[in-house]
Amino acid sequence: MNGIHDMGGMHGFGPVRVEENELLFDAAWEGHVRGMFALILGAGLTNIDAFRHAIERMDPTSYLTVGYYGRWLVALETLLVEAGVLRPGELDDRLRASSAKRGGGSPVVLESVRKPAPDRGPFDVFRPVEARPRFAVGQRVAARNLHPPGHTRLPRYVRGKQGVITRVHPACVFPDTHAHGRGEQPQYVYSVRFVAQDLWGVDGEPAASVNLDLFESYLESA
Amino acid sequence: MPDHDHAHDHDHAVSEGNALRAEALESLLVEKGVVTTAAIDAVIRRYEQDLGPMNGAKVVARAWVDPAYRERLLRDAWSAIAELGLARGGAPLVVVENAPGIQNVVVCTLCSCYPAALLGISPSWYKDPAYRSRVVREPRKVLAEFGLELGEDVEIRVWDSSAELRYMVLPERSPGSEAMTEDELASLVTRDSLIGVARAKAPGSDAPGARRG
Repeated sequence: MNGIHDMGGMHGFGPVRVEENELLFDAAWEGHVRGMFALILGAGLTNIDAFRHAIERMDPTSYLTVGYYGRWLVALETLLVEAGVLRPGELDDRLRASSAKRGGGSPVVLESVRKPAPDRGPFDVFRPVEARPRFAVGQRVAARNLHPPGHTRLPRYVRGKQGVITRVHPACVFPDTHAHGRGEQPQYVYSVRFVAQDLWGVDGEPAASVNLDLFESYLESA
Repeated sequence: MPDHDHAHDHDHAVSEGNALRAEALESLLVEKGVVTTAAIDAVIRRYEQDLGPMNGAKVVARAWVDPAYRERLLRDAWSAIAELGLARGGAPLVVVENAPGIQNVVVCTLCSCYPAALLGISPSWYKDPAYRSRVVREPRKVLAEFGLELGEDVEIRVWDSSAELRYMVLPERSPGSEAMTEDELASLVTRDSLIGVARAKAPGSDAPGARRG
């Protein structure tokens, strides 16, 4: 989807601000969100592509204002409701209950929605396929001009642009289907080098390139 | 009130709200048997104790002193990393090598993918819109803002982690470090040099950099 998350090339965000002596987590809750994420992903209650897409589905204003782990928190709630682990509104109910110091609600153990732990790690994405790779190292390709409304890992700034294959990776789980519960549908992934001035025209810097890892169906011969 | 005070107040209020929400979510998930507080604490401890730029620094120092290791690292990063007794990560990792006239730099424009299984938590700036939006469009300018001024004879290769592969930069060995031991060399390798927005430190510069970046 052409969302706020697809930031490559945008203007207006100002200089990069480096925080000196930054803490690992700015506040304790951030570590807890990271921990909950790891456990929920590890338990197979969602997958990394669905998680990224849940962040992308946030309204753009919230995306920019709730902070990095704030986005994770929103995405976790969205996915846990969709997985049936939380009732819609259950988290808000719990918040009201705790602010009024009325104590917790009654435990609801939803064993039925828990999936067995997957036999692979959540980032173990290589899948053997029978097909041969369609493209080879050194080949000139174009990123297709696609604008899917769902999840995709084809950033806007390369669509329609030409580059050269620098490496052929094994076939990987395809995020565009996996995020939407439509299966892994593995495809080869190619490292594609785009010359900066092919991406940004006369505003591109000289002697610079951007390398992206693009799925086979994002590409066509050029 | 100046703008940055407004921004600070806003960030603080947002963080307070998120803290309450995270606590409420955790209490629900514990009750439902989805997570345990001990398991959450274990994840946090892993980031606090086991993962971090010091792991990348160790790998780079070995690659600097052992050309055959360097070859293996560039060919199959996790296998070479595991040789040093470090845990393999889940996401595939590619190490890209700087050379005279070539500077690599890593970003994830679509989210904030980072080789966390080796380097731990990424710095805030890496996750911020400014870095994600700009470094693919004007890398030389962004690197200069980090203090890495590169002449136009240096080619910049930006790696946008758009699939599940993660990237780490193998920086050039610092000039004047010829007599140093592997441990001493590792102390020159900063987090920022592993992302590609800085060079490895020069010998004799102070503060241990691998943890702070």
